[in-house]
Amino acid sequence: MWLYALRRIILTIPILFGVTVICFALVQIAPGDPIQNLLSPTASQADAERLRAAYGLDKPLPVQYVIWLGKVLVGDMGMSIANNTPVTGEVLRAFTNTIVIAMIAVVIAFILSTIFGVAAAYRSGGLVDKAITAVAVFGISVPTFWLGVILVIIFAVNLSWLPATGMGAGGSKGFDYLSWSDFRFAVMPIIALALPPLGIMTRTTRSSLSEILNQDFVQTLRAKGLSEFEVMVHAVRNIMPAAVAMLGLQLGYLIGGSVLVETVFTWPGTGYLLNKAILTRDIPLLQGTILVLATAFVLINLVVDLAQSLIDPRIKRS
Amino acid sequence: MTQMALSPPPVAAEDPRDRGGPAQPMLIVDGIRKYFPIRAGVLNRTVAEVKAVDDISFYVLKGETLGIVGESGCGKSTLARLLMHLVDRDEGHLILDGDLVGEETGVPLDGLRRALQMVFQDSYSSLNPRLPIEQSIAYGPKVQGASSKVAKAQARALMEKVGLKANLFAQRYPHELSGGQKQRVNIARALALDPRLLILDEAVSALDKSVEAQVLNLLEDLKKQLNLTYIFISHDLHVVRYISDRVLVMYLGQVVEIGPVDQIYEDPQHPYTQALLACRLSMDPEERVEAAPLAGDPPNPVNPPSGCRFHTRCPFMEDVCMAKAPGLGDVLRSSADDHLAACHMVHPGSGHSRAPLPVRA
Amino acid sequence: MTDALANSLAAAPVQSAPAARVRSYWGGVWQRLRYDYVTLFCIALIILIVLSAVFAPWLAPFDPYKSSMAHRLRPIGYRQFLLGTDEQGRDMLSRLLYGGRVSLLMGIVPVLLATLVGGMFGVVAGYYGRKVNMGIMRTMDIFFAFPSVLLAVAISGSLGGGITNQMLTLTVVLIPPICRVAETATSQVRNMDFVDAARATGASTTSILFTHVLINVMSPVLVYASTLVSISIILASGLSFLGLGVSPPTADWGLMLSTLRQSIYVQPLVSAIPGVAILVTSIAFNLVSDGLRQAMDVKA
Ligand SMILES: Nc1ncnc2c1ncn2[C@@H]1O[C@H](COP(=O)(O)OP(=O)(O)OP(=O)(O)O)[C@@H](O)[C@H]1O
Ligand code: SF4
Ligand SMILES: [Mg+2]
Repeated sequence: MWLYALRRIILTIPILFGVTVICFALVQIAPGDPIQNLLSPTASQADAERLRAAYGLDKPLPVQYVIWLGKVLVGDMGMSIANNTPVTGEVLRAFTNTIVIAMIAVVIAFILSTIFGVAAAYRSGGLVDKAITAVAVFGISVPTFWLGVILVIIFAVNLSWLPATGMGAGGSKGFDYLSWSDFRFAVMPIIALALPPLGIMTRTTRSSLSEILNQDFVQTLRAKGLSEFEVMVHAVRNIMPAAVAMLGLQLGYLIGGSVLVETVFTWPGTGYLLNKAILTRDIPLLQGTILVLATAFVLINLVVDLAQSLIDPRIKRS
Repeated sequence: MTQMALSPPPVAAEDPRDRGGPAQPMLIVDGIRKYFPIRAGVLNRTVAEVKAVDDISFYVLKGETLGIVGESGCGKSTLARLLMHLVDRDEGHLILDGDLVGEETGVPLDGLRRALQMVFQDSYSSLNPRLPIEQSIAYGPKVQGASSKVAKAQARALMEKVGLKANLFAQRYPHELSGGQKQRVNIARALALDPRLLILDEAVSALDKSVEAQVLNLLEDLKKQLNLTYIFISHDLHVVRYISDRVLVMYLGQVVEIGPVDQIYEDPQHPYTQALLACRLSMDPEERVEAAPLAGDPPNPVNPPSGCRFHTRCPFMEDVCMAKAPGLGDVLRSSADDHLAACHMVHPGSGHSRAPLPVRA
Repeated sequence: MTDALANSLAAAPVQSAPAARVRSYWGGVWQRLRYDYVTLFCIALIILIVLSAVFAPWLAPFDPYKSSMAHRLRPIGYRQFLLGTDEQGRDMLSRLLYGGRVSLLMGIVPVLLATLVGGMFGVVAGYYGRKVNMGIMRTMDIFFAFPSVLLAVAISGSLGGGITNQMLTLTVVLIPPICRVAETATSQVRNMDFVDAARATGASTTSILFTHVLINVMSPVLVYASTLVSISIILASGLSFLGLGVSPPTADWGLMLSTLRQSIYVQPLVSAIPGVAILVTSIAFNLVSDGLRQAMDVKA
């Protein structure tokens, strides 16, 4: 068990290393010369060279990488080109906004998927099952940004129940998740984020539940006189470790994939930051945001794996 | 080449492919060894080795059938794959009809491939599920340079030879065949390169008794027709007795006993062979014995027991067995009639209480 | 967006073996497919979508690029505009037909390219094993450290918009999962005795790969790749939505959705239409690949 944990942690290091390599490469594949953008049009060739040297861009790539990595490790991810602020601060502020709604979304999806999964598995093949399965397929196939648009059309345009976009007057500083006047801004982003994981988790819960219900020991429980409800509780308890692991994974995907939903709702999270970086071609900001998100994704996966091996010591992955 | 004192081979028919003469063994295996590394730990380093085949020597005469028996996991298939060069050996030599195989001198690998073919253990995975069987059989000749047409004709002829109507079966896929038919295809494929030595790894083990008998008869017929030599691997002692001229008994990667089939079955020398045979008898209700003589699982081939590897299960175990590994004797210099066993009880002066007294000079 | 790519991998076919008692493998597949009406319907639907995209110039009632200030944002069924008009007064139906060309291209071309490249790496990794496998698969693992949308946005965001960059991005994103499926399938096949039997004939590695390995690896890989088409379409439309796809005024479903977003207060239904096109196409491809998997993956 501890050996597994240690091994799993150590295996994460080269992955994180690879992540930094890819993030570093993002700047390299971006077209255009960053120096030219900084120079005034009248600058001479010599000025360009001097600036290049000042930024260390005249050094060979591996050296540039090491210098860059050194800075990143102490929390310096450069300056955003668009508004000339440190990237680190901007990304971390946005990251908080992202992770909070992602967590709420994934917990809601988890609870609902358990309920739906149980309902579908209870009479597998029945009408409820079919309806739930259809909704699940929809949740999986639907493009989230379009779903966001539809939600806006329904709840903001037609019904005027919820604000369409943004974070309200307080903005990200004074946002209070516990007050409805603020929280209502988060409702639609949360729904849009929650639907796809809801579809996926419902499908897995349903299939693992019906698998368990078909096993012999469940027949034994029934024979012992347990009620259907007790049997179901037993089965649900059995699938919990896997379901919790699934929850962690989906959280990771939501954090990484929130860019489209946040763009639709102009929710000031990392996704929105990415969109801004793309529009203004602010490559340092793009790089910093991607780096933080990918690192978070890797770490969430790590935690999920470790948690799962704690819950279920039988799991021993190679 | 080592000159050996040999009894006349069972089949002395002249073969144009013969190079070393009828008395030269078809195949000599000299001190072959294969350890599989076991990797583990954070850095995936080799932490131990499975001693799957550990210093095995024997020879097969031209035209004979050498049976190989032993428990599951004792290294029979690994030995077969070593002979076929499908796994690289760590140590040892192969001498095919007088020529050293591989390395700088001697027959190139390609020559070995033509002369040695194998019928695999698992009839499920031994045929490509996406190829009609005709193509599976024709593949070898094609690789060796035959034209598509010639190879196909050859494949059809071989199918007839192993008792499958070519018209009916040529275009079928493996999943459309029964186990016995599949094994016939496997045999046909092995024969397609016109080999001299056929290694049959559990070739009939998965078959029903009646089908098994048919395939065994087929093998006997083919052997006569095509002047073949067999190495017949099986854990079924009845079958091995039926088909073999000589028998080699393996335990944990080593040879524990070798000799003519009747001597092995009627007068087994090694306690392991005795136990195997007793197990077999216990299947028979007439002669059921009380306790199975071979209790427990074979020890782990990663850390085989010291001294005699069988001492953990041997009823005659004494101190000397733990201290010293009993030798088999010089197999390669022995005659085919010799009966050798790697047990201190048969070696004079070994220190075992049941050993014959040393002959004083 | 949840990571459809990673989820698709979890459901990837691992080993397929043909069912019993049929004349040929593909004959059997067809036998099973024949009675799967949902799949057949979706196949027909896809053919229809493809045809309408290919023949868009003949089918489209209007020029998709001709704007008209007089007819901006007309509702569905307004006069001759069957699906209304967009914010520049261009006919929605015509733009949808033309837009299908880009979207389908983005669904299919990256998958094909990624299947070629990823499949090749996967087969090589699976067949040679050991160090080669380590090298290739550990590199792929790094790409798996990114959720697919994030990876696509990262690469596309750095490269900039444009149709070539978009295709390149999607191909890079799709390579790792295909590679993993191909690697798993290959290492399974590689351990089968028939490969050893082929080696025993003295065949070259190339010959064995082509005659014995590829043929067995192909169907799980192709079935898996077919599940990626709809994912690729959705990813592409997402990139276009962010402005990382084709540049205006080219018609593209994702881009149309993005520009029409400004107009949801005026014409909510018209604004939603491009999304319906994406959804229908993606569900159709999804169901077809499900059906194919079932038809091809029956265990013997
Ligand atoms: N490729 C391999 N890597 C590691 N260990 C292996 C490998 N192949 C075989 N072994 C090990 O070597 C030992 C001998 O295996 P082998 O297949 O030769 O046994 P066998 O006598 O043929 O058994 P069976 O009767 O079950 O076929 C076993 O302990 C097996 O686990
Ligand atoms: S050497 Fe000893 S332990 Fe080994 S078989 Fe003979 S008597 Fe038994
Ligand atoms: Mg074996």
